[in-house]
Amino acid sequence: MTDLAATDPLPKPKRDIAPILLPVALALVTIPLIGSPSTWLTLTAASLAMGMMIFIMASGLTLVFGLMDVLNFGHGAFIAVGAYVATLVLAPFAASMQADSLWMNLAVLAPAALLSMAVSGALGLVVERVLILPVYGQHLKQILMTTGGLIVAEQTLYALWGPQIIPMPLPASLRGSFILGDVAIAKYRVLAMLIGLAVFIAIQLVLNRTKLGLLIRAGVENREMVEALGYRIRRLFLGVFMTGSALAGLGGVMWALYREQVHASMSDDLTVLIFIVVIIGGLGSIGGCFIGAILVAMVANYGGFLVPKLALVSNILLMVAILMWRPRGLYAVTSR
Amino acid sequence: MTDLLRLSGVHTHIGRYHILQGIDLAVPQGQTTMLLGRNGAGKTTTLRTIMGLWQASSGEISLSGDRIESRATPDIARLGVGYVPESMAVFSDLTVKENLVLAARDGPLDDTQLDWIFGFFPALRRFWLSRAGSLSGGQKQMLSIARAIIEPRKLLLIDEPTKGLAPAIVMALIECLKEIKRKGATILLVEQNFFAARELGDNVLVMDNGTIVHRGEMAALAADVPLQERLLGLSLETHQ
Repeated sequence: MTDLAATDPLPKPKRDIAPILLPVALALVTIPLIGSPSTWLTLTAASLAMGMMIFIMASGLTLVFGLMDVLNFGHGAFIAVGAYVATLVLAPFAASMQADSLWMNLAVLAPAALLSMAVSGALGLVVERVLILPVYGQHLKQILMTTGGLIVAEQTLYALWGPQIIPMPLPASLRGSFILGDVAIAKYRVLAMLIGLAVFIAIQLVLNRTKLGLLIRAGVENREMVEALGYRIRRLFLGVFMTGSALAGLGGVMWALYREQVHASMSDDLTVLIFIVVIIGGLGSIGGCFIGAILVAMVANYGGFLVPKLALVSNILLMVAILMWRPRGLYAVTSR
Repeated sequence: MTDLLRLSGVHTHIGRYHILQGIDLAVPQGQTTMLLGRNGAGKTTTLRTIMGLWQASSGEISLSGDRIESRATPDIARLGVGYVPESMAVFSDLTVKENLVLAARDGPLDDTQLDWIFGFFPALRRFWLSRAGSLSGGQKQMLSIARAIIEPRKLLLIDEPTKGLAPAIVMALIECLKEIKRKGATILLVEQNFFAARELGDNVLVMDNGTIVHRGEMAALAADVPLQERLLGLSLETHQ
């Protein structure tokens, strides 16, 4: 049957590392262009922090795209709702937030983030059952339904909280920077990097080390065959949608703290970035999404510093370049 | 011999197309039933309708006497139906091992069963930790079949397993399917390769335009060249 002996040693899986090298190469190329090492380090740290926040918000969407083939244009609603829920929790504890104790700050922030995730996840359950379920497999209707859902969510937030921007100051212990020689790295950016990395590792562990993860990865590629193996993928859809919504809520809290403000349409600009990340990463690929988020953030930060006039189109150019290189994204998982 | 699977008056529409137009068939327990026919006759649609991947518009499908035509695909699979689609549908991003772990729905991989499968498909052992997407067409077919037999199944639905494969691989697949047969499996096998059909089939059903136009013993059809030419537009001699 085969010319390979059954007793030969098992080969190791091959890794496609070219996409991983892209952000490294981009970072190295910009060193001489930026000139000052301290500025470069500051921009790089800012890129990584921004990239991690975008990754947290985009990771759920890429799984929803890949697994469910659902074009969810309303993903931004979960981001905004997450941020608003955090303001509800943080407002009564403003004094604890301004206390000069990291633990006291985290004791307020952590429950706020968890509640935001819970509410966004629950909203995801409602959206999936009410808006998505009737239009599975119908892309145009999905766009209409989810865009409509986003508008309703934004207007509801306006109605409940008003049109004004709500300040969301950083807790006292996360203000300021770590100073390393000439380099200043904002404390909050370090926290954002750590949380983003933790989320990435957790998702990778679930996807690669558990049967649930196998099911999700297989479902992204071929839903029908997963069902033919006896697994009820609709339940999996719902779980992934809720998890993606919850992560968007977490991302909303982190982004609001990063910008130190909350408003109902805060996700509008982010949604464009998130979609770019999902597309260049490859639909359904968490690894691609992670690298894509870092690339988008690097291009925004380095590009904004080096060629400010190109800042508005830099990420579109990045997407065009990546899709010309790999038309299905950095890591093509689905055949779509 | 009792019938494990029975279809009565099954119609299937896909969009505005009326594909299956009143299928009546029976698959006896412990036997291999070949489903033959020209391209577009409705063979793949028949398997997909049994599997619940396309809903029957009308008619009855029963497995071990239980009606299944309204059941969802996962429920039909859980009744013990294994499916090997024409496209093989291995999960390219998963390793060979992960594909089989997923197929072993009821628990961890059974080493004895795995060794038995490796006996037929040593390439699967060799590429155990390789991504299924990197396998050749024949190896993907082996994996697809291995996935269907990694746990005991009541019924195997196999769609054109020899399609596009090299002759040596086809022979190996035939040997494997014979061994699966010997273990008592009930198989409904769609095949265009008449040689493979003759080697494997106990019974034969021939489809044309969404209906069964012939049913009988495979050996009888294999021996009747004029009947082969009339039903299939070819004869066994031209396929040897």
